[in-house]
Amino acid sequence: MSKIISDTSEWTFELIERYHQEIARVAAGYGLDTYPNQIEIITAEQMMDAYSSVGLPVGYHHWSFGKEFVSTEKRYRRGQMGLAYEIVINSNPCIAYLMEENTMMMQALVIAHAAYGHNSFFKGNYLFKTWTNADSIIDYLVFAKNYIAECEQRHGFAEVEMILDSCHALMNHGVDRYKRPAPMSLQQEQARQKEREEYQQTQVNDLWRTLPSKGTQAGRTKDARYPAEPQENLLYFIEKVAPLLEPWQREIVRIVRKIAQYFYPQRQTQVMNEGWATFWHYTILNTLYDEGLVSDGFMMEFLQSHANVLTQPPYFSKYYSGINPYALGFAIMTDIRRMCENPTQEDREWFPQLAGSDWLKSMDFAMRNFKDESFISQYLSPKVMRDLKLFSILDDDTQDKLQITAIHEDRGYHHVRQALADQYNLGSREPNIQVYSVDHHGDRSLTLRHTQYQRRPLAESQEEMLKHLARLWGFTVRLESVEENGGVHLISECKLEKRHHLV
Amino acid sequence: MMQVIDRRLDGRNKSAVNRQRFIQRFKGQIKKAVAEAIAGRSIMDIDSGEKVSIPTRDISEPTFHHGQGGSREAIHPGNIDFITGDLVDRPPPGGPDKGGKASNEGEGEDEFTFELSREEFLNFFFEDLELPNLVKTQLATLIKHKSVRAGYASNGTPSNINVIRSLRGALGRRIALSSPYAEQIRELERELEDLLQTSAQDAPRVLEIKTVIARLKEKIQHIPFIDTFDIRYNNRIKQPKPTTQAVMFCLMDVSGSMDEARKDIAKRFFILLYLFLTRTYEKIQVVFIRHHTIATEVDEEDFFHSRETGGTVVSSALELMHDIIRERYPTSDWNIYAAQASDGDNWNDDSPKCRDLLISGIMPLVQYYAYIEITPELHQSLWEEYLTVKAAFPNFAIQHIETPADIYPVFRELFKKQTA
Repeated sequence: MSKIISDTSEWTFELIERYHQEIARVAAGYGLDTYPNQIEIITAEQMMDAYSSVGLPVGYHHWSFGKEFVSTEKRYRRGQMGLAYEIVINSNPCIAYLMEENTMMMQALVIAHAAYGHNSFFKGNYLFKTWTNADSIIDYLVFAKNYIAECEQRHGFAEVEMILDSCHALMNHGVDRYKRPAPMSLQQEQARQKEREEYQQTQVNDLWRTLPSKGTQAGRTKDARYPAEPQENLLYFIEKVAPLLEPWQREIVRIVRKIAQYFYPQRQTQVMNEGWATFWHYTILNTLYDEGLVSDGFMMEFLQSHANVLTQPPYFSKYYSGINPYALGFAIMTDIRRMCENPTQEDREWFPQLAGSDWLKSMDFAMRNFKDESFISQYLSPKVMRDLKLFSILDDDTQDKLQITAIHEDRGYHHVRQALADQYNLGSREPNIQVYSVDHHGDRSLTLRHTQYQRRPLAESQEEMLKHLARLWGFTVRLESVEENGGVHLISECKLEKRHHLV
Repeated sequence: MMQVIDRRLDGRNKSAVNRQRFIQRFKGQIKKAVAEAIAGRSIMDIDSGEKVSIPTRDISEPTFHHGQGGSREAIHPGNIDFITGDLVDRPPPGGPDKGGKASNEGEGEDEFTFELSREEFLNFFFEDLELPNLVKTQLATLIKHKSVRAGYASNGTPSNINVIRSLRGALGRRIALSSPYAEQIRELERELEDLLQTSAQDAPRVLEIKTVIARLKEKIQHIPFIDTFDIRYNNRIKQPKPTTQAVMFCLMDVSGSMDEARKDIAKRFFILLYLFLTRTYEKIQVVFIRHHTIATEVDEEDFFHSRETGGTVVSSALELMHDIIRERYPTSDWNIYAAQASDGDNWNDDSPKCRDLLISGIMPLVQYYAYIEITPELHQSLWEEYLTVKAAFPNFAIQHIETPADIYPVFRELFKKQTA
């Protein structure tokens, strides 16, 4: 008798359970460690809702999510865009959305991809372990939504929206990149918030308490710079130090900062995360096929979807829009397994620690201890570079022409690998802007410094950005640029002479 | 461990609030887009949603990011024939960005386009014209009611009594109430029959049974033939129903003196009238008549966009309209509305003729006739003649418009008549 689970493309709840059971069994056999799964069936419309709230199941209200929704809806209705098959949330239990339009094969693919691939990545990768708290994220989002709704009632939604606009603008610079958080439960958030509200304001004013009177200022020696060290987390600095913010405004800054921090690991592990999930849906479904649980038709449909996801148009194609993280991640992951199982002479030279090792252990190690940047510089093999025909091109504005600096050949492998890793380094992709000083004896202005990386200037949006910063800071904000040779010059300034009754 | 949750029936429109916020925030831009949309839209088409475009730069959310310049190295896939050290020309600006920034590619639109729903669109439309709320609700709800049968009710007016239903109910009630007695009677009669076999006619038991039977029969007699309880009335409820059909005549002077601005004012007026009519009538036809010295019936495109020169003979249009009504729109079937826009120029000799045509020919046929004169100058003979028509017919409106802001008061004038 045939062991095939189902032979139609229609899904039912029973079949989903049945497939899940088999997928869970296979995944456990490969040693995937996951959070419990919560699979939610949703409609296309609900998928669009989920899209526009960046995948979060609960979110506060803001026009930018409306804009996102409107454009998603428009493109979907016109057929310019298919909806993603799945959205998965880094929470415990791990929530995965399945769309009702999907065929049974797609549902199985999504379960393998999201509920076992992404889920095990969320649970195992060091960045997620360090920075996100899967147990309490949903609670925190509920808290945030309610808190912001309450602020809207109390202070008017225009006021709240202004703060949110400014915070959203600074979101990418509202994360701690290197500092690790003290382990603390987010569940006490609500109680702690009240506490903070009471104390924070007094502490901030305390900063200005020693403000000298004008007469004595001349005689004073120049104080030490404040803050003593440059601060990379702009939103954190504002939350703690901005002199004029009301307590509720500080709390909103904090909420946006927390959410930015929650997403930071995802932005840093796109290639790995998708590569890992894609590798596992491919491996798990193939195992089911080998065991005779799914039919040839199922496999044909699966392989077609799988190949679509992995399409990597070459640089000259009109469909080219950069490197496809699924394709790159899957290629590297698959290659790690290959090198463990069937190493060539080249692999033995490049990856002596991988060649011949247990592939499950090696891949598990790779998944746990890296982010995109380090993962690529550690594991991108010459074979993958050859397969993808990677080449490096240098665009230097002091040169007339672009230069091909390296290609997929012996003398180029190291260079290509290094350049590609750097391309995924958020630290160099995003401008390095830090709080440099606060003039706390003079006009209370805030000075930020942009440390240039390879002479790249800031985009024009920086003027708009300074306005947002000034809105939160309450006084003049300056932005200086530090060139690579150490020279410093002022690039822009947003003057604000708002005086506020300070005690 | 796993659980499957069916969320499909959970709240839809989770994003409705965010969408509303978005529209609220860009009110200014959307309003402008709506105004442009109206200018470019067909009259018949005004009552649907609208695709609105607003400039992307207005709605972008800024972030700190790198601009052009400096030195950057990027990795791309799919090398064919490059070798290390090759120099290549920079791609022309605006072409595919080799800097690896995907954001410039794909759509590459500098307009953000989205759909406003019909309601949202009308809100913006009315807001632009500064309709007071009162009229807005009337516009949205002005519906004629028609009563339709909807089963039976236990109360109502005597004229609505349904005899069959009522009697059927009464019969049922009588059967129900009398059946216990009838049962007893049948039993007693059986007993009586048995008894009569054995005993005499006047045996005490026989007499007793006879009185009981008589008493029971009396009881049955006392059950009322019909009770207020039985009466059923035909139930009629009011269902909203747009009244039949209407035809709207748009008459416009297209002589050389009507410039684009004036035509635009006229068009806005026609649109409002059309909107009003769609709320009231199920089916509306619009007839466009333009005229200079002679009148022709044209389609909408020609009506608004072609230009003619020459003199003006208004009566030609009125005659044509009269003919069209006679031929195609019998007043028994059609509600007829007419709106005429002109700058007031007319041959002096022609104006009295217009007046007579209106008074004797057209006014008795139409529900309403609105004349708007779009001119910053002094009135001429046509206005004077039309004033006499107005004196004779309450359903004739005459208004003077100088700027688009004047449209609304004129429109309200028309409204007052209709809702009074």
